Amino acid sequence: MSDKRMTLDELVGELRSGMTIGIGGWGSRRKPMAAVRAILRSDLTDLTVVAYGGPDVGLLCSAGKVAKVVYGFVTLDSIPTDPHFKVARQTGAVEAMEVDEGMFYLGLFAASQRIPFLPTRSGLGSDVMRVNPSLRTVTSPYDDGEELVAMPALHLDAALVHVNRADAAGSGQILGPDPFFDELFLGAADRRFVTTERLVDTDRFASEGPIQTMCISRLLTDGVVETPGGAHFTACVPDYTRDEGFQKEYVAAAGDPGAWASFSDRFLEVDEAGYQAATTQAGVERDERRAAEKAVKAGNAAAGNEAAGKGASS
Amino acid sequence: MSTDTGVTRAEYCTVACAEVFRGDGEVMASAFGTAPALGARLARLTFAPDLVLTDGDAALVVGAPPLGAAPSDLVLESHMPYRKVFDVVWSGRRNLIMMASQIDRTGNQNISAIGDWSRPKAQLVGVRGAPGNTVNHSTSYWVPNHSTRSFVEQVDVVSGVGYQRAAAAGPSATRFHEIRHVVSNLGVFDFETPDKVMRLRSVHPRVTVDEVVEATGFELVIPSEVPDTRLPTPEELDLIRTVLDPRGLREREVKP
Repeated sequence: MSDKRMTLDELVGELRSGMTIGIGGWGSRRKPMAAVRAILRSDLTDLTVVAYGGPDVGLLCSAGKVAKVVYGFVTLDSIPTDPHFKVARQTGAVEAMEVDEGMFYLGLFAASQRIPFLPTRSGLGSDVMRVNPSLRTVTSPYDDGEELVAMPALHLDAALVHVNRADAAGSGQILGPDPFFDELFLGAADRRFVTTERLVDTDRFASEGPIQTMCISRLLTDGVVETPGGAHFTACVPDYTRDEGFQKEYVAAAGDPGAWASFSDRFLEVDEAGYQAATTQAGVERDERRAAEKAVKAGNAAAGNEAAGKGASS
Repeated sequence: MSTDTGVTRAEYCTVACAEVFRGDGEVMASAFGTAPALGARLARLTFAPDLVLTDGDAALVVGAPPLGAAPSDLVLESHMPYRKVFDVVWSGRRNLIMMASQIDRTGNQNISAIGDWSRPKAQLVGVRGAPGNTVNHSTSYWVPNHSTRSFVEQVDVVSGVGYQRAAAAGPSATRFHEIRHVVSNLGVFDFETPDKVMRLRSVHPRVTVDEVVEATGFELVIPSEVPDTRLPTPEELDLIRTVLDPRGLREREVKP
């Protein structure tokens, strides 16, 4: 078996400006964020990003890496929208292809089967057809004569997904409850990259989870990179849940150019090890702040009504 | 008629959302927002016992767990990752209450963007599954902030497909299309009119028809007699207050 291990830099080195890149995961869940951060540090530009969008899309837009986004939604789950994606759309900085999320699935499925389109009822009558004038319908060749949307294949130059465990040969294991559409992203792409929380020996998979969790076969992968914490700040259960505190910090910083500059300086202008160290430290600081606020509140309550009133209004 | 002042607006909304599932057999109930989430659970525990509820993640659950129940307290009965959700959507075995940033007279819904789509004033979450949901299975909407900004003559981006748009798109679009109810913090609406435009079905107690008309940005069909939204039964009220939402999350979503 060939050894597909590589580094983040080698992975990014295989990408080119102008490529169409599919990113696995869903919203703010199991996103290959270490790979996204590596793209942020690169000179890649003019990308078409295809994703069930989360902060991956927002971050890439914020850094001017994106020419076009193909999506059904962009969300941070616990926060409805991504602030950078909003700005990118509202200023016209990116081109957009917005489709129903089931159509999106079929687009990946068609690409992975090497067929030009798949028919679906989804999209009929909606503005998805108006805002994507290139979409066509197709009439059933059978007696029913139904007219359906012909969702075109979403062919990808490259795909990035993040999994809980993988081996050196590029088989991947997803231990969380939802594999999302990662298999189809890989199937739809010419160059396929998996990042993983932990590289393990293949014979270790069986003790990590049942056969259904071994859902990414090496037939679908060209490279594998070990990136512990590589989905942070999105959720990567059961290894870790979403870092809600950091996600809030991300959103708050995005709303203010000065704050964004220092956020970027601290968390994005550093390599992956630097990022992991900085976000761990930021978590400690958030916990300390929360503890201090709690202590102030408790102090105010103890100091009686007048003082508590002042405390509440400050 | 409805003089029980102890019942809150949020509780009327919950019962109105539960009514969306009346008559449903073994279908997957999906519900976005607090009142819909409670309503689906209430229906499951009372008049729609075959409903199938999700855990909000990747599974179907047994019974109707309280809002905010710990995952370890749930009994799972089946795997339902996103890819399988589409199997359910496309099979039609689903009844859904979505939210709407905008909704219009013929039942189009918008969660995509405010303003011109090509360069919106406000980018919202995106069309999500609304286009596919509405042409594949019954869909209803929940609008907790009824105003002329949410109930508009024409939505800016048709995400969920309404009756006129489905008809214009042809038989493949209308075949499984149904917009059942729209529930707002002021009343309940449906499309049971000859030309399938929005009709006031009931007003929540302590709301007047005039208030509804004033808060709506288009001409509603108003029947000569508008009933009040029904009261929760004592059993339903007890289920809502003591079993399904003891922490009172429902009161944070809807102003009393």
